[in-house]
Amino acid sequence: MKAQTTESTRTLMRTPLYPVHRRLGAKIVEFAGWRMPVQYDGVIQEHLAVRRSAGLFDVSHMGEIEIKGPNALALCQRLTANDVSRMKVSEAQYNLLLNDTGGIIDDLMIYRLQEDRFLLCVNAANTAKDANWIMDHAEGNADIRDVSDSYVLLALQGPAAQRVLQRSTALRLDELKPFHFSFGDISTVRCLVSRTGYTGEDGFELYCNPDQGEELWKLLMETGRDLGLRPVGLGARDTLRLERAFPLYGHELDEHITPLEARLEWVVKFSKGDFLGREPLLQQKKDGVKRKLVGLEPIESGIARSGYPIFKEGRSLGAVTSGTLSPTLRKPIAMGYVSSEEAVLDNVLEIEVRGRRVKAKIAPLPFYRRSSERSAELGRSERRK
Amino acid sequence: MNFPDNLKYSKEHEWVMMVEDAVALIGITEFAQSELGDVVYVELPEVGEKITKDDPFGSVESVKAVSDLFAPVSGTVIEVNDSLPDSPELVNEDSYGDGWMIKVQMSDKEELKDLLTPDEYAEYVERQQEEDDEEDEKDGE
Repeated sequence: MKAQTTESTRTLMRTPLYPVHRRLGAKIVEFAGWRMPVQYDGVIQEHLAVRRSAGLFDVSHMGEIEIKGPNALALCQRLTANDVSRMKVSEAQYNLLLNDTGGIIDDLMIYRLQEDRFLLCVNAANTAKDANWIMDHAEGNADIRDVSDSYVLLALQGPAAQRVLQRSTALRLDELKPFHFSFGDISTVRCLVSRTGYTGEDGFELYCNPDQGEELWKLLMETGRDLGLRPVGLGARDTLRLERAFPLYGHELDEHITPLEARLEWVVKFSKGDFLGREPLLQQKKDGVKRKLVGLEPIESGIARSGYPIFKEGRSLGAVTSGTLSPTLRKPIAMGYVSSEEAVLDNVLEIEVRGRRVKAKIAPLPFYRRSSERSAELGRSERRK
Repeated sequence: MNFPDNLKYSKEHEWVMMVEDAVALIGITEFAQSELGDVVYVELPEVGEKITKDDPFGSVESVKAVSDLFAPVSGTVIEVNDSLPDSPELVNEDSYGDGWMIKVQMSDKEELKDLLTPDEYAEYVERQQEEDDEEDEKDGE
């Protein structure tokens, strides 16, 4: 048996919680230059714990960039696709950093800390690239800092997340709406508490001082144990986000892919005024995209993985960007890019799975949506089409 | 970690059990399944196919990744474990028993000499784990 991936041997970073993961017996892998826990007891169990009760993730590898000053809003507006001016202080927004061809430099969560102060949470592998890009494009009075070392970031996700967290805080969590945040104490640990996540479940992302990261992890694990809370690694983080069809940078997104191709047109607010990439995106919108991100479900046995080519009657159509066995649905699921004319629901294609062509059909995304989201988002998903 | 005495082992973490003269049962070791995590799919050759020592004869997939299976011996596949398509988790639950993969009529019994004894394999695994730990010590400091 030999794994088909190789690990690099360069020096890797560790989060302040690394010793905790080791003590818990986590299997450690390299991810984006970090040594991170990929699983503790098993990806499937951890995945199902998040769907059924709650899971705690150390995602401190994520980068944080702060932009402040009188010109901060204008800079954010110019470099991103979404309309940052619509955010009030204490709101969070999913956004994209675009290049001048409309390609995606990174996808991120932006927090409006104050009127003229923003925190961007970005992908670990892109942190330095993003910070440099923003600094290179800064005009006027804006202070830009990579503040990644100032935060431990824990994600507490799952239907029981609010109950777990409420036991340790005076914050009124029932009043904290999705895509909003608040500052408060979790027991003795001061946190930015954000009602956001990357799993498709209700949940929170907690930013705290790195010195108190271990304390926060331990107190949450202790108070949440009887509600089924368990530590969850990056393995289940990936399967959870894939079921919910959240894109992952380096897979569904890169600098040559535009939001229109990646099912992220809803993020792009053409009406907000000029921004980098606006013209090429308007042109692409007029001409129509050549390829589209679609959901794929193999009909024949086999699990599609990132990079596997997609065919239709012998013609190459594109490639798979992510694929796994869905622990919730217990069947293989995947996402990938195919040429637009073939991006039709139920269209039967072929995926080459290690030398073998496996029939697959284009399936609606997301593969999984939690029940409360299904009713609440019905109107919005209609509009997104 | 368990290394049954009646088995021979390959450095690619397969085990071989001689069930009759020149007939070998093949699977992956407990160490291999624990490194993989939850096994969700196993791809095996068909009965009658020939396999060649050190060449891939199938693959095993966890939720996260695919790994090739390398033949520890050469020969003809005379039986495959029909339970694995529907119950790939048997590889995790009972890697040396119900999680077996193929039965092979060996073409060259001499190849058994190239395989590791339980003690040798245990030492091999230990060394690999030590290397992991050493890497752990040196990085990030």
